[in-house]
Formats: sequence, structure tokens, C-alpha cells
Amino acid sequence: MTNRTIRIWTLIHKWTSLICTLFMLLLCLTGLPLIFHDEIESLSAEDNLPPMPAETPMKSLDEAVASALATYPGERPLFLSFDEDRPVVNVTTGPTARPPVSQMHISAIDLRTTRILADLNDDQGFMHAMLRLHVDMFAGLPGELFLGFMGFLLFLATLSGVVIYAPFMRKLSFGTVRAGRSRRLKWLDLHNMLGIVTLMWVVVVGLTGVINTLSVPLVAYWRSNELAAMIAPYEGKPVPERFASVDAAVRKAMEAAPGMRPQFVAFPGVRFSSNHHYAVWLKGATPATNRILTPALIDAETGAFTDMRSMPWYMLALRLSQPLHFGDYGGLPMKVLWAVLDVLTIVILGSGLYLWIARRRGAQEQAGASPGLRAVAGEAAE
Amino acid sequence: MKPRAPLPLPAIFGIPAAIALVTTAGLVIALLDDGLVDALSWAALSVPILAAVWSWRNRER
Repeated sequence: MTNRTIRIWTLIHKWTSLICTLFMLLLCLTGLPLIFHDEIESLSAEDNLPPMPAETPMKSLDEAVASALATYPGERPLFLSFDEDRPVVNVTTGPTARPPVSQMHISAIDLRTTRILADLNDDQGFMHAMLRLHVDMFAGLPGELFLGFMGFLLFLATLSGVVIYAPFMRKLSFGTVRAGRSRRLKWLDLHNMLGIVTLMWVVVVGLTGVINTLSVPLVAYWRSNELAAMIAPYEGKPVPERFASVDAAVRKAMEAAPGMRPQFVAFPGVRFSSNHHYAVWLKGATPATNRILTPALIDAETGAFTDMRSMPWYMLALRLSQPLHFGDYGGLPMKVLWAVLDVLTIVILGSGLYLWIARRRGAQEQAGASPGLRAVAGEAAE
Repeated sequence: MKPRAPLPLPAIFGIPAAIALVTTAGLVIALLDDGLVDALSWAALSVPILAAVWSWRNRER
């Protein structure tokens, strides 16, 4: 690489990093407790399932929905999701078909009694604040997309960091940390070493985070394309006055897709369904296929099966981006590794910031030399 | 150990590329199944962390 090329990549690294670093620090710090949100929330969980005989019959899903609506009169059902390994469904209700999240109510309902175990309306508290800061900084969709753009800058910073890693390491063997000389040299070596070993984790978590910020536009695109094609005969029909049985709709969907299990049901009119259908989102039964969702549409007026189609590639990418970003697919040890890698990323961000400040201070003391070039040439020649 | 002549690119990026590959494998395999592959994934994702620990322990003082 010529000095000119090196200087250009150094500038790219410097500016993409400078712009995104403070936001990335925010994301790493708020992300740390979020990795363990299941564990933290179960500490204060009040919805322990009362023991009952194993053969206790289940009530119908319609009775569960009725139970939620009795608690929130005047609302309508939006979603119904199934707990993984206990007879519990979570029913989301709201005043309209697509209300803001703050107006939704989520009830965890024991399917054996239809008694409400807990309301999951967590819109305050520490974890909620962490989540909002992490997702959109309390700024809604614009905040979400802004953080997505910051994530993209992080990707560019990582990429340019890999390029300028080469001239730095021309005369150093892998993993060299010169801790005995200046403080700046020690942190430079640590920044380079930590940056290169965590490279792939940072790229994967960063880019899947960016994809997650695109969730709202991607689902809207899916709704107006794929979903519109599936329900073409129903175009323009209003939301039905009365809904047919959701229990029957789920059974019909499962008949149409043997071997699959329901993950959640989207009621007519909501973001994940059409105006006229129950969308029963089915998942595969094996660990490899249970992240792949297939929506089956059931006419919410007649209860008839309408159509079922697998997800397009961008919805699949969105779906897979969740576990790869959250690190919640390999048990507690994976979460711990996620946390350690997150802390290493904080060290990379912090040391990068320190190096920039130290270099500026150095440049002011010996004005004249080009700081970007000297940084590379000076250290690489050590 | 500090070599005198400039290192060729494969020497600079050999170990980092291997760590990146192992990380990728660790991230992907845990998606495919539960049980044994989870343990493999933990081992793989420990590699970048262990590399960092190793290089800090061997720092030049």
C-alpha cells in the first residue's frame, strides 16, 4: 500500500469511528444488561404457574382472549403468542388495530384456567429504559433508523480498521502488546489486537443490529407486497365486525402445515396480518427450522383457509438477525461470552477515543507533521 | 519476537483470519441445533477472548 492509500483509509477509519463512537458506547453499555434480560426479569417474575394435575384440560384460545378483553374493556385483540414450554398464551390488546406500543396491554394467561398470571406491560423501570435507549433512544422510528445508520458507520470503521491493521503490523507478530514504553503505544497495540480478534463478532452483531433497525420498513414492505398478493381477492374489504373462532383458525392452520407449531397469531388489521384474516405464524419443530416462520392466512369472517406462503428472503434475514444480535440461542454460557465480547468492544471504542485525543494533543505539541500519516508511519516503523 | 523484514500479508492476516473463521462457525452452528453444537459454539466463541487474554499475558513490559 502506498502512503496515500494508507492515509485515505486512516481518514475513513478516523471519521466513521468519531461519528459513531459515542452512540456505540451507549449501545454497548445498554446492551450489556439486555443480554441477560431473561435472567434479570425472572428474578422479579410474579407469574409463577400454579401447580395443577398434568391432565388438566385446556380452555380454548377464544376463552383466553375473552379473559384478556374482560380485563381491558373497550379494547380489541391484536396478537396472541404461545409460550415455548408451558400452557400459557400472551394476549396483546389495544384500543385500535395499530396503536402505539405504549397503548398496548399484554396479559400472560394460564390456558388451564384462563386466569391472568401477569400483565407484561413493562413500560417503566430500568430494563425498559435500557431497551428504549438501545432501540431508538426514546425517539421512535427516526431514532431507530438513526442508530441503524450509526451501526453502518461502525461497519465501515471496522472494515477500514482491518485495512490499516496491515501497515501497523508490518514488523510486529500477531498479538504484540508493547506495554513497557509509552501509554499511547500500549493502548494502540491493545486497540489493534482487540479490534482484530473480535472482528467477526463485531461485524455480525453490528450488521444484524442494522437489519433489526429496518424491521418496521421491512414488515411494511412485506405487507404491501407478499401479503397483498396472498389476499388479492379480499382487496378493499373492511375489518370484519365479528371475528370467527381463533381456536378453530389455529387448528385449521396446523392442519394445513403438518409438523409445524404456532408461534403467534396476528389478528385482522394488525401489522402482521391483513384486514380480513387471522395470520397464524407457524414455526418448524426442529431447532434448525424453528426460526423460520410461515404465515397461514385464515379468513376471520368465515374461518376458511385462504393461503400459506413461506417468508421472502428479507423477512428471513430479519428473523435470523434477532438471535445473532441478541446472543440468546446458546444458553447462559453463550450470553456470558456475548457479555465479555461486548466489554472488549467497549475497550476498543474507549481506546480509539483515547488514541484520537492523545494524538491531537501530540500534534498540537509538534505542529507541522501530518497527524494521520505520522500515526501510521511512526508506529509501524517501531 | 520482532521480525526485521516487513511481513507479507498472509503472515499478518493468517491468525486473524483463522480466528474470524472460528468465530463465524461458532455463531452459525448454534443456530442449527441444541445440545452438543451449543458446547462447540461456546468453545469457538471463546477463541477470540482467549487470543486477547494470551496476548495481554505475553505483553512486553
